[in-house]
Amino acid sequence: MSEAAHQHGEPTGFIRKYIFSVDHKVIGLQYIGLGIVAVVIGMILSWLMRLHLGWSTLAIPGLEKLSPTGAPANVMTPEYYLSLMTMHGTLMVFFVLTNVPFAGFGNYFLPIQVGAPDMAFPRMNMMSFWVTFTAFLVLIAAFFVPGGPPLSGWTAYAPLSAVGESSGPGEGLGQTLWGLSIAIFCVAQLLGALNFIATTLDLRTKGMSLARMPFSTWAWFITSVIGLLAFAVLLPACILLVLDRVAGTSFFVPGGLVINDRMQPHTGGSPLLWQHLFWFFGHPEVYIAILPAIGIVSHILPAFLRKPLLGPRVLIGCLAAIGFLSYMVWGHHMFVSGMNPFSAILFSVPTLVITIPATIATLLWIGSVYGARIRFSCASLFCLGFISVFISGGISGFFLAQPSIDTYLHATYFVVAHFHFVMGVAAIFAMFAGIYFWLPKMVGRMMNETLGKIHFWLTFVGVYCIFMPMHYLGLAGNVRRYAAFTDDFLAPLVPVHQFITIAALITGAAQFIFLYNLVWSRFRGPKATENPWQATSLEWSTTSPPPFDNFGGRQLVVHQEPYLYGVEGSAGDYVMQTSPETVEAH
Amino acid sequence: MGKAFGAVLIIITVVSTAVFFFHDFGGMSLWLPVDASEHGHGVDHQLMETMYGSGFLFVLSQILLGLFVWQASDRPQGWKYRIFPGGAKPMVISAILLVGIEILTLSFVGSKVWAGIYFTSAKPGALPIDVQAGQFAFYFRYAGVDGKFGALHPDKIDEGSGNFFGLDPRNDEAARDDIVVATMVIPVNREILLTLHSKDVIHSFYVRELRLQQDIVPGLMIPLHFTATKTGRYEIVCTQLCGLGHYQMKAYLEVKTQEEFDKWLKDQEAAQ
Repeated sequence: MSEAAHQHGEPTGFIRKYIFSVDHKVIGLQYIGLGIVAVVIGMILSWLMRLHLGWSTLAIPGLEKLSPTGAPANVMTPEYYLSLMTMHGTLMVFFVLTNVPFAGFGNYFLPIQVGAPDMAFPRMNMMSFWVTFTAFLVLIAAFFVPGGPPLSGWTAYAPLSAVGESSGPGEGLGQTLWGLSIAIFCVAQLLGALNFIATTLDLRTKGMSLARMPFSTWAWFITSVIGLLAFAVLLPACILLVLDRVAGTSFFVPGGLVINDRMQPHTGGSPLLWQHLFWFFGHPEVYIAILPAIGIVSHILPAFLRKPLLGPRVLIGCLAAIGFLSYMVWGHHMFVSGMNPFSAILFSVPTLVITIPATIATLLWIGSVYGARIRFSCASLFCLGFISVFISGGISGFFLAQPSIDTYLHATYFVVAHFHFVMGVAAIFAMFAGIYFWLPKMVGRMMNETLGKIHFWLTFVGVYCIFMPMHYLGLAGNVRRYAAFTDDFLAPLVPVHQFITIAALITGAAQFIFLYNLVWSRFRGPKATENPWQATSLEWSTTSPPPFDNFGGRQLVVHQEPYLYGVEGSAGDYVMQTSPETVEAH
Repeated sequence: MGKAFGAVLIIITVVSTAVFFFHDFGGMSLWLPVDASEHGHGVDHQLMETMYGSGFLFVLSQILLGLFVWQASDRPQGWKYRIFPGGAKPMVISAILLVGIEILTLSFVGSKVWAGIYFTSAKPGALPIDVQAGQFAFYFRYAGVDGKFGALHPDKIDEGSGNFFGLDPRNDEAARDDIVVATMVIPVNREILLTLHSKDVIHSFYVRELRLQQDIVPGLMIPLHFTATKTGRYEIVCTQLCGLGHYQMKAYLEVKTQEEFDKWLKDQEAAQ
């Protein structure tokens, strides 16, 4: 079966080889590359926002060039702050957190880890990337249209997002482009998810039973199922939003609205409908970002602990349970939205229950660290850092899952701290771990460990300095999505914001060490062997980088569980999945 | 490297927790402001319970992680790894027990607090106040001497002439004595029944000291009732992104004694 999927030969022309390639490895790198471009833009936007929050009258040299109306005399206007915030959130959630751990690493390594020569539908795979790229261009175009980017946040609540430019700058063409971009993005994700599911189910090589799949493959597979259901809801929601904007429909806009003293022509729509549709996607989206991260960390960690993780089947069960429960909790974003208060209880209970599988997974990692002799590398440090930030981000979920507490903490910086830790920072740590771990396989060169460790320490301490104080601000009642803190209540808290801004500038600057290391290693790094980390899964049974068909015409046969570390094998203290030797239990 | 990781993690944990604990830094409070409502005590209690429970889990798990990583750095070449006593089972059991008990208690107690605010309706005799939100201001309406609110006509809204609610006093008798103000004034220890509505986009009604937050959704009339227990002047701020002036959208809530309130109301009625 796997032969049939890969009958096309290796292309020779530059365009077919590196640009419009059907090779899942090239596509994976394209996703990662796009993610890096998006994360650099997103991070620079966060710098600009942080500077404004710390010193709201500060002139930022050059900002006027980006938007003459948004930053006259280089000082950001409140509406431009909101536009940058909207673009930051959208870029990070869609084009970084979804693209890199799931689409990027998944594309590159899912086929290899199951022993397939390519994805099940290589052409559709190429299409997924280029559709994603189109979505990216459409979104970025919003920076350059009259009125600038939308200001309604990454959640684009209607009617603000639906009634057009009378409701604010950026709510004209910019917001329409946003809706189109996300709709296009959904199409790409749906195609990608189908491909991942088909590849996992149909293209596994001989001996690769489901139970022998690595954690990362499991995570990408479960995420695909989640994505298929979630993006299938966001796609029509975005189309309806665009129709409300351009075709005069009223899906999300009720009648009788008066904006700027003008009656709006809409009638009969429901603003809460948008929130239900958006969060029905939006909450599973959190898991679309974090499950691949969990899978990547669980995959990398054993190679550096030199022992298998505790309870591998329990861990996969936890991933599946989280995926299943992720569809029952969307209403916890809407406790104070005006929906029926009875339903708050219904959404609160599964939200709290979802912490059980998440806690089990965390305890399994911590328990696995016990009694190990860790090989400290950049990859393992970022995995350990991931566990720590995942705990910090997860814990605050206890508060926000309860409607009675959410009534105070909703829309404060406590929420900002929560989702940045658990979804942003944790997933980014997994991406770093993935790049330090897999770059040798992807480009055939090792990364510089000294630079990598400097990068780790600055980042690890830095993210705590940025996001931990946001919890305190939230408890003090500091509202989020404010362009400046001018009133009597919030002005005294500004020093904390200044501290966070300085921490964000330093931590952000540390990421350029990583980028330098990445580029330097790509061209100058020491050559990587086939299996530099002495790891066991199938990606380490082929050359670095792998040939076009992944295994040079061989069909691998899998004989072992995926994580046989700390056992006597012919290769050393580990046994490869492809090794036919008999292994005794530890 | 492992010792460094363990040490840094433990320092981070201790410092993070200490700030929650001390939370008062030379006049800058990083803690909830005073609670000035009848139900606020329940909210604060629930928050503290959660703080202790999840704080314990936070400190325990971070310190265990730091400790195990610390230990893992000193081990000799050729070390045979050890499995956590009992394997995965104690992890699963303790997660289900610890977190399970935590969330059971939190849901039961917390649901009661939530129900106390949102499942009950205001008692008869509560003072009704109508709240209209719009980009970027709140307006408050009292029924006036007749105790009746005039009907709302969105087409009559005109900020220029001060008709924020869209009242029609010419044809609507009930609207003639309606009192419209930009600051909400209420008597202490008397139940207030708000009816929240918006004329344009979604806004939110948030008063930190009342421990209350409720979105104001165009197209919906959302009831919200509470009793303030401390006199004072508090901020009402918008917490739902509503456009460029969002960060400045606020009003004040003045909680007065009954006598002061009666006098204020009389003055307003006279001014109509």
